[in-house]
Amino acid sequence: MAIQSRAAVLDPLFSNNPIALQVLGICSALAVTTKLETALVMSVAVIAVMTASNFTISVLRNQIPSSIRIIVQLVVIASLVIVVDQLLKAFLFEISKQLSVFVGLIITNCIIMGRAEAFAMQNPPGLSLLDGLGNGLGYSAVLIVTAILRELFGSGKLMGYSILPLVSEGGWYNPNGMMLLSPAAFFIIAILIWLLRTWKPEQVEKA
Amino acid sequence: MRHSTVYTVLFAAAICVVCGILVSTAAVSLAERQEINRALDRQQKVLEAAGLVMPGQSLTAEQVAEFFENIETRILDIETGRLDPTIDTQTYDYRKAALDPAQNMRAPPNNAGVERIAKAMPAYFLRDSNGEIDMLVLPIQGLGLWSTLYGFLAIDADGNTIRGITYYQHAETPGLGGEVDNPRWKALWPGRQIYDDGEPRIEVIKGTAGPPAQDPYRVDGLSGATITARGVTHMLHLWLGPEVYGPFLQRFASGEVAADLAATPPSTRPNAPEA
Repeated sequence: MAIQSRAAVLDPLFSNNPIALQVLGICSALAVTTKLETALVMSVAVIAVMTASNFTISVLRNQIPSSIRIIVQLVVIASLVIVVDQLLKAFLFEISKQLSVFVGLIITNCIIMGRAEAFAMQNPPGLSLLDGLGNGLGYSAVLIVTAILRELFGSGKLMGYSILPLVSEGGWYNPNGMMLLSPAAFFIIAILIWLLRTWKPEQVEKA
Repeated sequence: MRHSTVYTVLFAAAICVVCGILVSTAAVSLAERQEINRALDRQQKVLEAAGLVMPGQSLTAEQVAEFFENIETRILDIETGRLDPTIDTQTYDYRKAALDPAQNMRAPPNNAGVERIAKAMPAYFLRDSNGEIDMLVLPIQGLGLWSTLYGFLAIDADGNTIRGITYYQHAETPGLGGEVDNPRWKALWPGRQIYDDGEPRIEVIKGTAGPPAQDPYRVDGLSGATITARGVTHMLHLWLGPEVYGPFLQRFASGEVAADLAATPPSTRPNAPEA
């Protein structure tokens, strides 16, 4: 049990990362990673939603009629996302303005539904909760690394604080504008996948 | 495991009820706080446009209220160009009004993608240390590339010189169109002139404009954001044009509005911040 729990939390970080290995949740990873701050809030929101949805669905797993299980999962996830969105609007208004529609789009994040269907429907609540937490952390890890690189090289800042002084503000760094556009996130995520698969060659698909 | 149809239907109904209660509880219990946040954000942007606070500086509700004690809020009737004392400045929401057929009207022909506007808009008057009207802040809005930009324009007592511009809501590309929020770009606006021979001439150009004294009608473009920049020009021409704020600004420049202001108390307690 202890080994299982550890694996549930730690595996999704590197060995079975939802973005890097399963290539899920790419859409939001492109959208919210122009700044570290939004990426962090998005990470917390996704971890909260995924942990709670995995737990809820696992509790209900023996009661959910299999013919409507997908829609039940969606209803649970969507409700949790709306609650998170409302909380952000009430307590972190500035950031919720920047995240705009992307919080709502957590509903369509395939990682959450994927874990509900693939894991929470077969496993007990405690383990499912940890699995949700682990996958949320795995998603967050990629998001945060991408956001650090994009904000640092795209606008010379981290968390809004100037790290590389910009030419336009009298410094020496000429920002790479492409970093702020979606393709940059594709390149960064691709490079992360490449590095991860060089480190763990067993993740490479058979040609 | 197989379940009967009745069970399935009941299960679905139960899930819907539970989730419905969860969602509506969250929405209702947090609504007040969210509304306060929105109103505060909008007020803060009025202060930013007027140059009273630095962009991005975050103020507490008390600090905003303190600034607003020196700001007189009135409601401007677009069709007559006069202040309307009958509308409550605390509860009036011009964005809701623009969606209400009873409170909106067709916008004059424009390139800013605006079809209907509210018949009445809030106007914020600021006085200098001698108690003279110094500046007027008015809301503006219009289409950029991806989104409608909502903002405020601060205009000098001469009704022609821009004192500041700021946007409080948009979804333009960060780093490109999103640079409308860049303090250095916003700093290019104060001192520019709006009208040339009664027509709005101010525009955002491609490339670099001179200082306001030599190049009063042009503002630097935003590189990589031609369409957003054009949207800014179009919305200024719409709102400052003869069918929206134009006549009011003429009366403002001639000092008539200042007299109105004294004669038109707000419909709620004096100097109350607009909600």
